[in-house]
Amino acid sequence: MNHLLRSNAPISDAGWNLLDEEARERLAPALAARKLVDFSGPHGWDHSATDLGRVTPVGSAPAEGVSGLQRRVLPLVEIRADFELSRSDLRDADRGADDIDLGALDKAAHQIAVAENVAVFHGWHGAVTGIADASPHDSLQLPETADGYPRSVASAVERLLCSGVIGSYGLALGREQYRRVVETAEHGGYPLLEHLRKILEGPIVWAPGVDGAVVLSLRGGDFVFESGQDLSIGFDSGDADLVHLYLEESFSFHVATPEAAVTLKP
Amino acid sequence: MGFDQYHEPPEELPPATRTFARLCASLTEEAEAIGWYEQRLAIETDPEALAVMRDAQGEEFKHFSMDLEFLLRRTPAWREVAQGILFQAGDIVEHGEEAEAETFDGDGAGSEGAFAHGSLGIGSLRGVSR
Repeated sequence: MNHLLRSNAPISDAGWNLLDEEARERLAPALAARKLVDFSGPHGWDHSATDLGRVTPVGSAPAEGVSGLQRRVLPLVEIRADFELSRSDLRDADRGADDIDLGALDKAAHQIAVAENVAVFHGWHGAVTGIADASPHDSLQLPETADGYPRSVASAVERLLCSGVIGSYGLALGREQYRRVVETAEHGGYPLLEHLRKILEGPIVWAPGVDGAVVLSLRGGDFVFESGQDLSIGFDSGDADLVHLYLEESFSFHVATPEAAVTLKP
Repeated sequence: MGFDQYHEPPEELPPATRTFARLCASLTEEAEAIGWYEQRLAIETDPEALAVMRDAQGEEFKHFSMDLEFLLRRTPAWREVAQGILFQAGDIVEHGEEAEAETFDGDGAGSEGAFAHGSLGIGSLRGVSR
């Protein structure tokens, strides 16, 4: 048994399978960052830091005639979303019920996916430097209506090319921006989504938590998400009526090429 | 020549699965090439030809290993099984049985989870649309 303490929970194997599958189904559509940046790992819960290959001078060495340096590392962060489920519902699931209430798990899955997206794209003060934090490019303005998006996205792509950042490129769209793109057809009925894909030569992803949009290179090596413990469900405690669980992961995020992304403000 | 790496209609497969199938086909081709070079090296007597073919086989080792690593990164359960077998001293079959049991016992999930470290096995989603 590991730190998730899953085998201590009053949940059957079938119940765990149900919860894991539900979590996967809810998480995968919303985990936008993982669709666009490099992924390393998972390296396990005991993995605590990412090697940066950098050093910091140390004021004084421990003995005369010796110099010293201290390695710099990027510590992993942990995020966790707690939720609780009815034990009665879980027993019903074991009996074959296919309509039990997993709303609390669904909500926690969405929350932790949003947290991951926000940390990667916009940063987490004091803990993670996000893509928007690191980008040296001024943000571009998205127009009020989506039919002007191709011009903004093309400008972002041109700016990346001017910085020597080759494609293909990906586009992360916040919820509102994604909705506008999907519902819009240009003159002649051509879907805006397809027009944007042609400009990017890459994917467009729904990115809840993103404010506006981000265009970034997909050539690899520019943005690295390092997973320690990948997203997991753990057991916290239980009583006669409820079982208290959580979704958790540990990760670091490193921007190797800050100029490989351009943000677009709503 | 066609698109015979697909067992199902390609238009029905998601992009990530098509990429996975391409790399599986590539892995197979690299393994075949390694085997062919092994046979050629076994019978060749010209030292210069041997040197060229040893170098070429080394390329195939690299290609095979890169293909394999890609596939393992995209398939947490496969990766977990492989971790129990690859680069381990001792009985290969024994390690294989143990790795399989540790990864898939209890219908592949249950209280310990189906993937490494009890996780949901989501990993990278590159190639997944939307």
